[in-house]
Amino acid sequence: MSTATHKLLKGATGEWEMVIGMEIHAQVTSKSKLFSGASTAFGGEPNSQVSLVDVAMPGMLPVINEECVRQAVRTGLGLNAQINLRSVFDRKNYFYPDLPQGYQISQYQSPIVGEGEVIVDLDGGKTATIGIERLHLEQDPGKMLHDRSPSLSYIDFNRSGVALMEIVSKPDIRDAEQAKAYVTKLRSIMRYLGTCDGDMEKGSLRADVNVSVRRPGAPLGTRCEIKNMNSITFIGQAIEYEARRQIEILEDGGQIEQETRRFDPNKGETRSMRSKEEAHDYRYFPDPDLLPLEFSQAFVDELKAKLPELPDQKKTRFVADLGLSAYDASVLVAERESAVFYETVLDKLGNRARDGKMAANWVINELFGRLNKEGRDITGSPVSAEQLSCIIDLIGEGTISGKIAKDLFEIVWQEGGDPRALVESRGMKQVTDLSAIEKVVDDIIAANPDKAAQVKDKPQSLGWFVGQVMKASGGKANPQSVNDLLKSKLGV
Amino acid sequence: MTDLTSLTLAEARKGLADKTFTSLELTDAHLSAIEKARVLNAFVMETPDQARAMAKAVDEKIARGEGGPLAGIPLGIKDLFATKGVRTTACSKILGNFVPTYESTVTSQLWRDGAVMLGKLNNDEFAMGSANETSCFGPVGNPWRREGSNTTLVPGGSSGGSASAVAALLCMGATATDTGGSIRQPAAFTATVGIKPTYGRCSRWGIVAFASSLDQAGPIARTTRDAAMLLRSMAGHDPKDTTSVDIPVPDYEAAIGKSVKGMKIGIPREYRLDGMPAEIEKLWSEGAAWLKAAGAELVEVSLPHTKYALPAYYIVAPAEASSNLARYDGVRYGLREQGKSINELYENTRAEGFGAEVRRRVMIGTYVLSAGYYDAYYLRAQKVRTLIKKDFEDCFAKGIDAILTPATPSAAFGIGEKGGADPVEMYLNDIFTVTVNMAGLPGIAVPSGKDAQGLPLGLQLIGRPFDEETLFSLGEVIEQAAGRFTPARWW
Repeated sequence: MSTATHKLLKGATGEWEMVIGMEIHAQVTSKSKLFSGASTAFGGEPNSQVSLVDVAMPGMLPVINEECVRQAVRTGLGLNAQINLRSVFDRKNYFYPDLPQGYQISQYQSPIVGEGEVIVDLDGGKTATIGIERLHLEQDPGKMLHDRSPSLSYIDFNRSGVALMEIVSKPDIRDAEQAKAYVTKLRSIMRYLGTCDGDMEKGSLRADVNVSVRRPGAPLGTRCEIKNMNSITFIGQAIEYEARRQIEILEDGGQIEQETRRFDPNKGETRSMRSKEEAHDYRYFPDPDLLPLEFSQAFVDELKAKLPELPDQKKTRFVADLGLSAYDASVLVAERESAVFYETVLDKLGNRARDGKMAANWVINELFGRLNKEGRDITGSPVSAEQLSCIIDLIGEGTISGKIAKDLFEIVWQEGGDPRALVESRGMKQVTDLSAIEKVVDDIIAANPDKAAQVKDKPQSLGWFVGQVMKASGGKANPQSVNDLLKSKLGV
Repeated sequence: MTDLTSLTLAEARKGLADKTFTSLELTDAHLSAIEKARVLNAFVMETPDQARAMAKAVDEKIARGEGGPLAGIPLGIKDLFATKGVRTTACSKILGNFVPTYESTVTSQLWRDGAVMLGKLNNDEFAMGSANETSCFGPVGNPWRREGSNTTLVPGGSSGGSASAVAALLCMGATATDTGGSIRQPAAFTATVGIKPTYGRCSRWGIVAFASSLDQAGPIARTTRDAAMLLRSMAGHDPKDTTSVDIPVPDYEAAIGKSVKGMKIGIPREYRLDGMPAEIEKLWSEGAAWLKAAGAELVEVSLPHTKYALPAYYIVAPAEASSNLARYDGVRYGLREQGKSINELYENTRAEGFGAEVRRRVMIGTYVLSAGYYDAYYLRAQKVRTLIKKDFEDCFAKGIDAILTPATPSAAFGIGEKGGADPVEMYLNDIFTVTVNMAGLPGIAVPSGKDAQGLPLGLQLIGRPFDEETLFSLGEVIEQAAGRFTPARWW
């Protein structure tokens, strides 16, 4: 593992370093809400998934959903974090129409998960370790709908009370690339765990990004918080913009005002939302409707024993067992679905030890390449893991050449079908029959006497003959046989 | 036939079982008493049609031998309890004409056991008050008057409507809630029996919240036996309230008449206040003497942090209230006063919807939770609370079975007489009762005598957690010794 050197920004007066911390809000995957039995399904008719608790009817009380607790613990374990056997729910008090109780039930001083860390993958196989400060459970508010009436706002409470995990990083992130890699990695871990679907378009994963700048090695600067980012690309853009904005102010002799800002993706800039003076006093205090959340170490251990293999573990295994490069392994494990696809290919292979690495190359280069070109993702791949595995078997056992395999892959992509049957029916089998190849070789030598004479002096021109033979055989000749045959005929 | 409304709940139960009268007859007798007593303003909503329908249905059940423990008994319900299809306002303008689509756990258990609802009872707005003067429906009259006076007195609060209605024979019993004394103080002011059970005994689900860590439901009735019968139906674990406790509910009535011989009764020296009226002092000694005569042993005990209880209570309760009442914002239900912005809508709605006392407590609560004040007020009050709790624990650890104190520092006073200039004058009414809420313990107020002006006075017994039975046994001893007190009808 090589630790990354991060990007510094060049200003008019010298170099600046960014210091970034993030609060990720991840919607917990659960059937019902954090404190009520209402459904959490996305996309229901407005206000169709709302219980009396979710709209704060008089006399209603919250009851903790244990599945959400389990999901938070699983996530904490996935972040190699301290699990707190006792935590407390607090009320965060503020008025807003999407917040029916007039307070959000959250965790303030005693979160369910404490410190942990995440290793993020950067370009060129480098990594960086980002500290986790805490993870706590809290309620999602409802959603304001401003487009239904010219004069009124409507509120959809379907989301009201859905469980969120707020994951707070330490200010360990040093540039936009690391920030993007951090969100990507958290998302990946939670998707492996099945604790958050990570769907940023649906708002299942949102980030608040704290950005400050300083001279390298200097004390921390004043930070600004960019709220509610729901795209990894935008997070990168917002950080770059915000850091530049702060540097400009500082280089002009100004000071950074601590404030909350929002990112406008159309203009690519951040704009002030509210200053520190306008910040809410949330008047946190322990929620008297809920007892402290307590569970045993045995409860944690049981969840830990049932955790799935996480991307870092998978990557280590791929490198150790299959001899993949660290880079290839990290590409394969980055998305849970990709890893599942690759492992399905592996499972179906006739000779996993021989062809496992080739399978990785095929998944990464041929399959991902082709998917990217068409803007599709792995779950919509026209070539199944079984089909790809079969193609690799055909190469590995010498039935087809790598070149023919690419043609075969294209046929399977376009038309589908069993690759082995296709090889048979379309005559794509590699020709290893020497007498058949010999005829072709003789013809080509006879047709090119000049070149044949040169080969003795320039052995590297043998390749030209190999190419000609392969071409004449439609790629079906076994390249090794062709090579051997040419050498003996040309006397090299 | 004697007036059915003058029967105790236990007597009515027998009459119904013996088919001496029907629930419909019993219910009609009460409905007519309610009609004649409107001047008391005890009911804010009468539900005669529903009452008769429930009575008829329960009469059929009784005929089939299927009546529950409270079959056919007409009750009044404090307006803090959500009643399905029946307006529930907590006596605040801000809830307007709010009609719940749900029934509180406590009332649903009463209906399950066959009780009949006569209507909703007046209370201080959001249960904030000690005289039932803060209700948006106006004050409640106490059926008791000073001898030779026509002045209408307060019934105490916040469960003033419950106490007044039970004392005036308008219902056989009533639900009430107690956050700092709201069951026991009005019971003492009206010569009724009121018990605040241990925190966690009754479900808070469906009861409009005032201060969640202190609120408990309990009954007000005319005898300890009646209160025991009601509490048995009201109590019990509810998975919808995680602060309710999952332990079996005993047959409280079995504790009535049980010997108290050998019980150790604590007399806390800190409850002997400077300037306490002599008649309260006398009442207390008398009560102690009755218990001694019944075989109990009296022990002087110390609860050293008592004097901090009231100030700490007036931090914790408003803090929780300021947050609990945030939901009344004009957005989803209840009153809405329009504004040009969302903040203006909030301000207009809450200024118009909340009365002065509620506004005061919301502001106190907001203040004590604010950044920079939290540690000095809220956190310190919580520490005091822990110490108060420990005072009681230490006392019970020494073998004390229950503690005897006066219920209130005075008898009922006139409407408008107290708290006009200084709210603390009103808050002092709860000086003997708030400690019990702070410690989460059960406390019962039992009528014990009269003052020089002929007004009822009550004694309070405080018990170990979940030992309401001892309180019923001891309360019965006092009731037997002191006799029953009934107001002369003037309404």
